[in-house]
Amino acid sequence: MTAVASRSSRAAVRVDRRGVITGLGAGGVAVFLGMIGMLVAFDGRNVIDPILSLGYAVLIGVFVVAGHRAAAREELEGVEFEPYGPYDVVSGAVAGIVGGAVVGGFILLIEAFDVREVFTNVSPALVDFLTLDSGLAVGLIAMALGGAVFGAVGAATHLLPARVKDSAISAVIWIFIIGFIELVIVDIVESFKFADFFEDFVYGDRRGLTVPAALLVGAGVFLLTWRFRGRVVAFRARIQVMPEEQRRKTGVVIALVLIALGAILPAVLGTFVNELLTIVGLFLLMGLGLNIVVGLAGILDLGYVAFFAVGAYTTAVLTSPLSPAFSPELTWFAALPFVIVFAAMAGVLVGTPVLRMRGDYLAIVTLGFGEIARILFLSDWFKGIFGGAQGIIQIPSVEIGPLTIKGTDPQQVFYLLLFFVVIVAYVSWRLQDSRIGRAWIAMREDEQVAEAMGVNTVTAKLLAFVIGAIMASFGGAIFAAKIGSIFPNSFQFLVSIIVLVLIIVGGMGSIPGVAVGAFVLVGVLGGPTSPGLLREFAEFKLLIYGTLLVYMMLKRPEGLLPSARRTRELHQEEYLQDAWIDAQEKEGHPEEDG
Amino acid sequence: MAERLLDIRGLSKGFGGLQALRNLDFHVEEGEIVSVIGPNGAGKTTFFNTITGLYPPDEGEILFEGNDIAGLEPSDITERGIARTFQNVRLFPNMTVLENVMVAQHCRTRAGVFGAIFRTKAFQREEKEIRELGKDVLGFFGTRLTGYRFEQPAFVLSYANRRRLEIARAMATQPRLLLLDEPTAGMNPRETIELTELIGKLRSERGFTVVVIEHDMKVVRNVSDRVVVLDHGVQIASGTYDEVASDENVIEAYLGRPAERGTP
Amino acid sequence: MTTTTRRRPRTRLRFGFVDSFLWAVRIGAVAIIGVGLIGSIADTLSGEGISGGAWRDLVITGLSQGSMYGLIALGYSMVYGVLGFINFAHGEVFTAGAIVGFFVADALAEAGMWTDLPILAISIVMLTSITTATLVAVLVERIAYKPLRGAPRLIPLITSIGMSFFLQYAIRGLFGSNIKSYPQRPTALQGSVDLFGVPIGKAQLAVIVVAAVSMVSLYLFINRTKTGRAMRAVAEDKEIAALMGINVNRTIVTTFAVGGAMAGVAGTLWGLLFRQVFFFTGFLPGVKAFTAAVLGGIGNIVGAYLGGISLGLFESVGPNLILAPLGVPAVSQLKDVVAFTALVLVLIFKPTGLFGERLAVEDRA
Repeated sequence: MTAVASRSSRAAVRVDRRGVITGLGAGGVAVFLGMIGMLVAFDGRNVIDPILSLGYAVLIGVFVVAGHRAAAREELEGVEFEPYGPYDVVSGAVAGIVGGAVVGGFILLIEAFDVREVFTNVSPALVDFLTLDSGLAVGLIAMALGGAVFGAVGAATHLLPARVKDSAISAVIWIFIIGFIELVIVDIVESFKFADFFEDFVYGDRRGLTVPAALLVGAGVFLLTWRFRGRVVAFRARIQVMPEEQRRKTGVVIALVLIALGAILPAVLGTFVNELLTIVGLFLLMGLGLNIVVGLAGILDLGYVAFFAVGAYTTAVLTSPLSPAFSPELTWFAALPFVIVFAAMAGVLVGTPVLRMRGDYLAIVTLGFGEIARILFLSDWFKGIFGGAQGIIQIPSVEIGPLTIKGTDPQQVFYLLLFFVVIVAYVSWRLQDSRIGRAWIAMREDEQVAEAMGVNTVTAKLLAFVIGAIMASFGGAIFAAKIGSIFPNSFQFLVSIIVLVLIIVGGMGSIPGVAVGAFVLVGVLGGPTSPGLLREFAEFKLLIYGTLLVYMMLKRPEGLLPSARRTRELHQEEYLQDAWIDAQEKEGHPEEDG
Repeated sequence: MAERLLDIRGLSKGFGGLQALRNLDFHVEEGEIVSVIGPNGAGKTTFFNTITGLYPPDEGEILFEGNDIAGLEPSDITERGIARTFQNVRLFPNMTVLENVMVAQHCRTRAGVFGAIFRTKAFQREEKEIRELGKDVLGFFGTRLTGYRFEQPAFVLSYANRRRLEIARAMATQPRLLLLDEPTAGMNPRETIELTELIGKLRSERGFTVVVIEHDMKVVRNVSDRVVVLDHGVQIASGTYDEVASDENVIEAYLGRPAERGTP
Repeated sequence: MTTTTRRRPRTRLRFGFVDSFLWAVRIGAVAIIGVGLIGSIADTLSGEGISGGAWRDLVITGLSQGSMYGLIALGYSMVYGVLGFINFAHGEVFTAGAIVGFFVADALAEAGMWTDLPILAISIVMLTSITTATLVAVLVERIAYKPLRGAPRLIPLITSIGMSFFLQYAIRGLFGSNIKSYPQRPTALQGSVDLFGVPIGKAQLAVIVVAAVSMVSLYLFINRTKTGRAMRAVAEDKEIAALMGINVNRTIVTTFAVGGAMAGVAGTLWGLLFRQVFFFTGFLPGVKAFTAAVLGGIGNIVGAYLGGISLGLFESVGPNLILAPLGVPAVSQLKDVVAFTALVLVLIFKPTGLFGERLAVEDRA
């Protein structure tokens, strides 16, 4: 019949172009990941021990995504939509084969030519990895076949009913997650008697879950998602429509629970994780501050690290006995008011000249300020005060009465940080929902009109700078006391960018978002100099940060856990459509005019 | 004679080669509703922009309540009691309807960072007042902007409702003088009539003095105590609607000069 | 009608806080520059300062470095003129060209061509550099910027920051983090030549000349060819250009490509002059080149190039000219501070640049 004929011919055309192009792209990505050494590095860590390493997981992932994309079709309301069928799976397989062929070609190339002089990470290890340690012939076939299979799988996800698909994806994600947070879980379980048995059962030797554990987690999450998915969706919908009052109360409860967790966990967790938590905490502190400047007031400050530096150097100069120019040797808390004052001054110094600039120029100027600050801290000119390249050392620990918070004990430092994080988060929260918060948001929306409505933008902007600066300076002060010595190298542009990525990925303007961003990004990937939960990521940390930034801007600029306002802002059309559809559903009650 | 609310003398403003306002005189007594009309390009919006401080005038003085406000920052002028709407509605699209009218009260309120952080009694009281006033101002337009509308982001509003919110926002700054820039542009006849009544109520119920830029002559006729006609930056006529409507200069400005008798 | 006395235009001295602050900065800058200059002149006259030869070297260094900044600045300027945002990743386009050029140069050196047929070798390297840089620039545009056409201007900026980091660390991942050294300058470029009695390093002279030639070719391309005309039209007003039958998309790609090509030329010149390149090489020059672009008037091609030269001179000569007489120690460390301060001052006081900006009609304030 004509219907079948047209379907197959259309399908054939579809298979031709889309699949091939996607496949080429996937192949390129896989080759790239291989060339930068990521695949081999990740191969050192297992996801499911012993059968699946992270390296292969990533490679498989590339093909699955390729298959998924090759077969994806946009479902538009009101347009006839062909249900997914076997032809789509073929599309996916084609994409996979093409990708596999590309990788195969790459293998042949690097076997034939030694490019190690140029591409330092293209090693024999990479060849072994790509050929599954089984020689060229087997490897190439495996690549092509594997590509086809996984591409088909990716395409086949379209065929699954939504419930099955969600459950399957959840299961896979949680297998990864449980594997990644091994250190945390092991630490928590440590104090229990069954700790050793647990560890052996759940976790494999080279990281990752054991097969039985993986099956358990996978099946468990699958079933849980299957059973409760509907409930979760309904729950989320209920939260959306909850009136302000109730939502705020729920938020407070959640916050209190989290704080309690924060208070208890460090006692249970090991040193490495606690150390990591302190780094996360520092970035969280800075993230909250930058959140006010960028997220609320809409000022893109790329030199934020300068305020962090001001806090650190003020503390160092005032507390260290080896401070070059003068050493009043104040206690940390006695130095704190000075930290606040100097940070505020810095905020005014940076903020005033840029008050009348347009957004992108402002960004570059603040970048310039950040670099000027760093170079001046580093210079011989100011060596007399700031110690130049040698920095300032012997910064004493924080003392609260009889207690000393030793910088080397991450647990204590974490508690100190927690204290400040709570204060800063509270302040942010309160400011958001206030006269000044509204003024900031209005200013971000339309500066001219905000002025016309009586908002003094000069004061508002300076306030944002100053408050942001003070928050960052807290981080700097704690950082100085924790490490005990500071060097200008710790205050690079990189830090400003990490904080920015954090709040963008987490969700600009949303306090929970910033927290999520900090924990996920800094926790997993690590800070500028320290590794995160997954050491294998360390080499590729900044590459991933960059990719994330681009990806988020393209796909989900509001972040992972955005404020409702932000989502609305960036997806106005969808919101409008939904609102319109809702209104229609309220039984054609005509939207009263206007 | 009571001091005029707004007294403008010799106002001039040019942009590069274009002289938008030339030596313009204008005044408004308290409680008046004055319409400003004129063909396109007459300088009407520039006139508003200069009064509200978006541009500083080149020459002239703008006396509001006896004080010269020429050259002040827009937020200062708003604080002194002049509010405006924009010709192309410029709401804060992602803020809710209520938030739009709440933020407009910024210069009338004082709570600062300290109050916000510690939620002092004064702060809470002020927030409550701000909300109440916001709802009250929105209520001026009946039920159109109330109830579930409060929490809706401004960008979902229909065009007419946006215009109304724009006016409500200006009202919320608690001005003495309201400048409305083409408030009925784009509205259908029914909405226009409704808004015309509301402009009257702005004075009768709320005590504002109103200056309206308008193109719709029916509105002008029904609303104005006095009409001022601008053309090419100068005032060419002033008086009641009927006086102005039959003024030769005005007709010429709108329709052009009648052809010379005898030309082929 | 009322007759009123016409009031004098009032010089509204709005001494708000902001204005006082800015005036303080102005006065401070002028004072520092002035005192420094006078100090320099005094030192030179009394024979205390650095020698005439040293000054000459600083000037030549500044010119050659500035030429490269100028070439890179072209890319920033053109993209901003057309699309209205700062392409942060452009510095990495330069790096890509320089690094790939290195590998070719290295291979050629090993084959002996570098020393035997230097002109041919350098040309090959330059061609590779240009091709690579152009490809990278176009790829970045297609992947990251095209989907964001029409987004509020800060979003492409943030995306370009992300792209910049991605490229930096991709280069690092691919080629390693060690510093790569271009082969020794061929003998033709060693030593100096006498130009009007002034000895100039041959390599520096080559850089200045090649950059100038590239600039002139670009200028001719933009102003005399059909594609160039299309680029100017799109830079002026995208909508109207489209209505005039110009393929806006293709023209934008061309803009990126041309900017990338210029950066590629700069990459090879950098390799010749400074020899050392690694993944981070392009970051600082990138920011400085953007400064140069703004200095000259964003969107203004000739302005960008001249801005680059000015910035190069300023950062080379400035520390010794202005800061040293003021007693600042180790002024050579502060080269970047001078450059960044120039950036800040220009953006605060003369954001339209010295030669006037050329923005698209959509972006004009």
